Amino acid sequence: MDILDLTAVELAAKIKEKEVSVLDAVEAVIKQIEEKEEKLHCYVTIDKEGARKRAEEVQKAIDAGTLTGPLAGVPVAIKDNMCTKDMLTTCSSKILGNFIPTYSAEAVIKLEEAGAVIIGKTNMDEFAMGSTTETSAFGVTKNPWNEEHVPGGSSGGSAAAVAADECFFSLGSDTGGSIRQPASFCGVVGMKPTYGTVSRYGLIAYGSSLDQIGPLAKDVTDCATILEVISSYDVKDSTSVERKDTDFTKALVNDVTGMKIGIPKDYFKEGLDPDVKEAVLAAANLLKEKGAIVEEFDLSLVEYAIPTYYTIAAAEASSNLERFDGVKYGYRTEDYEGLHHMYKKTRSEGFGEEVKRRIMLGSFVLSSGYYDAYYLKALKVKALIKKAFDEAFAKYDVILGPVAPTTAPKLGSSLAEPIKMYLGDIYTISVNLAGLPGISVPCGLDKAGLPIGLQLIGNTFEEKKLIQTAFTYEQARGKFEKKEGK
Amino acid sequence: MANIISDETIEYVGILAKLDLSSEQIEQAKKDMGSMLDYIDKLNELDTEGVEPMSHVFPVQNVFRQDVVTNGDNREQILKNAPGEKDGMFMVPRTVE
Repeated sequence: MDILDLTAVELAAKIKEKEVSVLDAVEAVIKQIEEKEEKLHCYVTIDKEGARKRAEEVQKAIDAGTLTGPLAGVPVAIKDNMCTKDMLTTCSSKILGNFIPTYSAEAVIKLEEAGAVIIGKTNMDEFAMGSTTETSAFGVTKNPWNEEHVPGGSSGGSAAAVAADECFFSLGSDTGGSIRQPASFCGVVGMKPTYGTVSRYGLIAYGSSLDQIGPLAKDVTDCATILEVISSYDVKDSTSVERKDTDFTKALVNDVTGMKIGIPKDYFKEGLDPDVKEAVLAAANLLKEKGAIVEEFDLSLVEYAIPTYYTIAAAEASSNLERFDGVKYGYRTEDYEGLHHMYKKTRSEGFGEEVKRRIMLGSFVLSSGYYDAYYLKALKVKALIKKAFDEAFAKYDVILGPVAPTTAPKLGSSLAEPIKMYLGDIYTISVNLAGLPGISVPCGLDKAGLPIGLQLIGNTFEEKKLIQTAFTYEQARGKFEKKEGK
Repeated sequence: MANIISDETIEYVGILAKLDLSSEQIEQAKKDMGSMLDYIDKLNELDTEGVEPMSHVFPVQNVFRQDVVTNGDNREQILKNAPGEKDGMFMVPRTVE
């Protein structure tokens, strides 16, 4: 048995049965990291010694019977925008290049309480702004399926680390598709829950009204299990939602009989790669064969989601990123004349180009004279987009479509044309605007052998329908074969 | 391009954003912001008369909790992250002459 072939849930079961020790699992991952990391660069920080030490503690607690959960002893990687106490947390930015948090994010604490072992922090687009992980200040991550291609973003390191077996699962964050799109590009399962389900406490904010933490995993069972562990009502996050139905693993049921699935016609128009289209429609057919009722419908407003999103996200980012001023933490410029010059020079040197572009845009749309025309207008369109989804979910249990219009683009081909890159978010972004849950499940390969993702979208608080549909699809699809030469 | 960003506007935005841009970066920022605004102008195709702006997807407002200290004294660890520190405080450049 190769430990690395196990899913997170299978590994925890073997650890419980004493067939595998926690240290065996940690050493297997470290060995894989030592073989793969130089080429792929999934991580910003790797804490081998910390993980080994923690493995011993967790093993003791498992042996003593105090740790019995479904993730006890499983090595995990955390996106580098979630605070980890005493472990470097950079957001892949020079401006936080030396930041050591004094506390951990609530989602990280939940994983630690469940006995997961943190291996390290994964690479990302700087401050989660990007779709390729190429805006990281610490170098690009490569797609494990083909190293000439990007892993997607912004949680590119988290997705690539799972795909390359450099961890058993990871956490990512999703503001406009940043979990689902890299999951799609790397052939893993990724899920963004309903806004408010996972506490954002300790998640370094990008667009606060859109950000959600979620799992990237090897299969739907792992995904549901992780989400169940990290979901919590948290008074430290004022947007946290108190809900009682977070027993997501109960929805791992192989049955879609009578499930009403809607396919937005607008998601299959121009710009969609034919291979992606074919694979996604084949997945829909498979669900139909399993008893689901599948129909096409008009979702409307699809082309307005991207301009709405970039207005709102940039506005919130410009406000959230004000705190990086060279006073309390992070980078400070060397030479300056007075306080204001220190602020400006620190920020100009500490932030990368894409981050500065969004801060500028956000500052503009919030400035007096333009606030109504841009920011307020976007909030109104957001209300219309939410309404369009409400109408769709009056008719359907689940919406089905692609995650992204294409498979993973080549390294270096995206950043030169920002708007073209933003267009790649067209199917994921409205889900964040409306606060909905969405999941990405591998559904095929394109002609070049790169993974394609199927996206399922649910109404707010209806993760269980998504998980049930995704699980049923996964069972019908069979094993998603990973690339050769793992 | 419909949106022409003037030098005054970009200077003003630079002040709001607290960014120090070189003349080259200013030209690029003008171009980038102009094309982004052209794109965002697409929203004007929609009639939003009478639509309530939605800042939060759930009707949640003013979430309060008791103002009770729950964390310990982390001053030393917190100051370790500061670029400048003196006598248990953050050190900043002189602000009053």
